[in-house]
Amino acid sequence: MTKSPVLVLGARSDIGKATAHAFASLGHPIQLAARRAGTLEADRSDISLRYNVEVSLHEFDALDIQSHNSFVDHLPELPEAAVCVVGLMGDQSENERDLEAATRVMRSNFEGPASILAALANCFEERGYGTLVGISSVAGERGRATNYVYGSAKAGFTAFLSGLRNRLAQKGVHVVTVLPGFVATQLTEGMDLPAKLTAQPEEVGKAITRAVEKKQNVIYVRSVWRLIMMIIRNIPEKTFNRINI
Amino acid sequence: MKLSGWGRYPILEANIHAPRNVAALQEFVRSEPTLIARGNGRAYGDSAINSAATVTTCHLNRMLAFDPETGQLTAEAGVLLGDIIAAFLPRGWFPIVTPGTKFVTLGGAIAADVHGKNHHKDGSFRSCVDWIDVMGASGSVARCSRAENPMLFEYTLGGMGLTGIITQTAIRLRPVETAWICQTIHPVRNFKAAMDMFEANQGATYSVAWIDCLAGGADLGRSLVMFGEHVRRDDLSETHRQMPFIVPKKPKRKAPFDFPGFVLNGLTVRTFNALYYRAGSRKAGQQLVDWDAYFYPLDAILEWNRIYGRKGFAQFQCVLPLDSSEAGLSALLKVISKAQAGSFLAVLKRFGAQDSAFSFPMEGYTLALDFPINAKTLRLLTELDRITLGHGGRFYLAKDSRMSAETFAASDNRIKAFRAERKDNNWRDAFASAQSERLAL
Repeated sequence: MTKSPVLVLGARSDIGKATAHAFASLGHPIQLAARRAGTLEADRSDISLRYNVEVSLHEFDALDIQSHNSFVDHLPELPEAAVCVVGLMGDQSENERDLEAATRVMRSNFEGPASILAALANCFEERGYGTLVGISSVAGERGRATNYVYGSAKAGFTAFLSGLRNRLAQKGVHVVTVLPGFVATQLTEGMDLPAKLTAQPEEVGKAITRAVEKKQNVIYVRSVWRLIMMIIRNIPEKTFNRINI
Repeated sequence: MKLSGWGRYPILEANIHAPRNVAALQEFVRSEPTLIARGNGRAYGDSAINSAATVTTCHLNRMLAFDPETGQLTAEAGVLLGDIIAAFLPRGWFPIVTPGTKFVTLGGAIAADVHGKNHHKDGSFRSCVDWIDVMGASGSVARCSRAENPMLFEYTLGGMGLTGIITQTAIRLRPVETAWICQTIHPVRNFKAAMDMFEANQGATYSVAWIDCLAGGADLGRSLVMFGEHVRRDDLSETHRQMPFIVPKKPKRKAPFDFPGFVLNGLTVRTFNALYYRAGSRKAGQQLVDWDAYFYPLDAILEWNRIYGRKGFAQFQCVLPLDSSEAGLSALLKVISKAQAGSFLAVLKRFGAQDSAFSFPMEGYTLALDFPINAKTLRLLTELDRITLGHGGRFYLAKDSRMSAETFAASDNRIKAFRAERKDNNWRDAFASAQSERLAL
């Protein structure tokens, strides 16, 4: 039985690639979408050879909102599931001084991802089934001095995903929110992250396939993060302002 | 960060870089005065460590093309043999040559020109390599093969990464009908009987002997000689024949912690060896074994290197020319048995003829064993070096972590030519490892 395709938006990232591998290993054809999609040719052949599935490349710019509807229209096949891995960490101190940089971070983490998922959501709703997965962040759970520009955009995206889930719950379309915690990726390379709290991209990919299959709503990849974020959310503002985490 | 080989000795401080693509690698190579490439870190010693700059190919791990007509696979250097098996065994393909672990990269397999249980028949890893792309100190990539840049091809195979950085390669896979191996075990009284068994079975596809290095006297080198053949589909039972590439899934075990040093001593190893020999003798005869259990028994225990404790262990592997093999093995085994120094994993194997620029194998017998690192075993290893040299043998650099430059220079008359090439091609300054420095390569 041939399975239907899975679309990965932001396929160049480590989590994007790992997600594509995870779905391909289950036999799904893969649609890889990214800017300069042609440069993903080696990844296309790799995934296709390893798992014996069809892999296609699609030019996609998350910030080019006007193009999103036509991007969806031009997909060779409407995917069964779409995973949006688009995001931009940016540099907090730069974001504090440079409004343009801050805007780019906010658009990349909220506006762009929300826009493309909205376009897909309408098609999925009309079709009557499908799963949308958004990679948000634990940074969106509470604004912190060290990354609140990024965090605030992720908070917006998390709220968008929960609203979308709520809207589509009766329409056969499921929405998964992923809050990965620390992940060992290109972004975090060289950072001294605690090993027990840091997931490998492959773990994130597997967790996403599981969440799609089991129709989970909100997942933390390593469950310890659920506890950590519960504590961080509940620290009184007065105390929170005196600590630096 | 701290870096070591699989033997966890020596441990050195090193700067590690993990470029995401060839362009990033290029930029890095141009900016660093000296560096060494590293695959999956399965060389035992310091072959893939350069304190100034070690560059890992872990992200250059994509498969690029496969031709089902010829079985040729083109892939980046960081692809693991295990990944290739996972992808292609279900489609009826298997590596032509594989070492005892599937957790090696293609780049590592080429750099060490690894061998497997079929060396006597199919040669070393080079046999399956069609071409290699090597990045030089300038960052430019040269393709080499038997026809194109043959000198670079010859020295890159077995050259331990000292000719440049392997970025891509095309290798050929062999067609197989099933994922099963028919194994035949012959218990033999001593190493001479094992040698006779090898000589009498040159036609076997796979052959290897597990050898009890602690037994002495008339039992010196008692062994379990094991032969293997790929099983044909028609020879499988009805149920297996339906799914010839499906083998039972085994639970992955993991050495739970660093064993304290006293766990491995003469007594425990002697007991283990005696039990293993007896168990093997009971299994004498033919059995069906799946590919993973047959080729990679140790891979089933992840991080098995931890059983040797925190101080790590040293591997010793030499090859002796055919005409001095018997005398040399006898001398080596006597010294090892007398020292009662523990080695669970002693392996004896007949090599076929091989003529190459710098690869390890040559026609004769190879003996491989490992020892926990301590003053006594380091002395013993020096003694084994001396005996090997005395019998015209040489050493496997992928296993070495402690040999002296003098021993190395005396072991192999090809070294001078390799040194000269390193100098003339500007490889010497650009590509160096802790091992190449120690051995004055």
